[in-house]
Amino acid sequence: MTGRPDLSTPQVVTINSDADVVRVRQLVRTAAVAVSLSLVDQTKLVTAASELARNTLVYGGGGGAEVGVVDSGRRKGIRIVFSDEGPGIANLELALTDGYTSGGGLGLGLGGARRLVDEFEVQTGTGQGTRVTITKWARSM
Amino acid sequence: MHRVPVLKIGDLLLVSIQVDMEDQTALALQQDLSDRIVQSGCHGVIIDITAMDIVDSFVGRMLSTIAAIARVLDAETVVVGMRPAVAITLVELGLSLNGIRTALNVERGMELLARSRQDDADHVRGSDSDTAWMLALGPDPDHPTATAS
Repeated sequence: MTGRPDLSTPQVVTINSDADVVRVRQLVRTAAVAVSLSLVDQTKLVTAASELARNTLVYGGGGGAEVGVVDSGRRKGIRIVFSDEGPGIANLELALTDGYTSGGGLGLGLGGARRLVDEFEVQTGTGQGTRVTITKWARSM
Repeated sequence: MHRVPVLKIGDLLLVSIQVDMEDQTALALQQDLSDRIVQSGCHGVIIDITAMDIVDSFVGRMLSTIAAIARVLDAETVVVGMRPAVAITLVELGLSLNGIRTALNVERGMELLARSRQDDADHVRGSDSDTAWMLALGPDPDHPTATAS
């Protein structure tokens, strides 16, 4: 990466390879530092992003991540949208259950990522692709 | 693709993960380490994750798998240097790192491995009177090559 990414507008990373998952992690780390998330919150957000970026690659067949800063007026945070045009998730309830996996993983990705962030939203359906939005807010000063 | 170096120090293999690993790199490490355990006959593996700022479920699973493979190959694995924020995140993520021993740093990891190797040796001597008898007598008479001058 060259220099510090400008986060005044959301940054988009295409996810088509292992190396892209690493790039997502690095961009999210930079963004988390920029809005002064605590070290533990940075770690949680980057870990969640890593899980979801891998899901986008492995289950979604590739897609993208959009990383941006959100401001509620009282505090700042990071919002990331992962989207793919893959097969979608037929049973979301089941997919969020710990230990459930369709791809040989540990089954902690989706449910685990949800626990690590403040807001978590999934839009999906069979044949509709998947769009996961997560937000982590900086603790108020 | 980057490869993580595996260093041999005495009877131990030391792996210090210094890069943000791609998944393929993690899988290659699993393979490299298994080969090195067999090649070197080492009984202990220390994986230093001091430089890792996150451990996600993929890397966590890799660590568990390495420990399991090493055990089958008669080597014990200790993961050292986990950062506090990583530990907090791992627990919240729901990852238990099954079957992995941990220590705070490389030095303590080495102590832990030396101690557990010693315990194993004591256990063998204490529990098996035939072995104790053979050890007392010196070279094994069934293996004359051991005494050939």
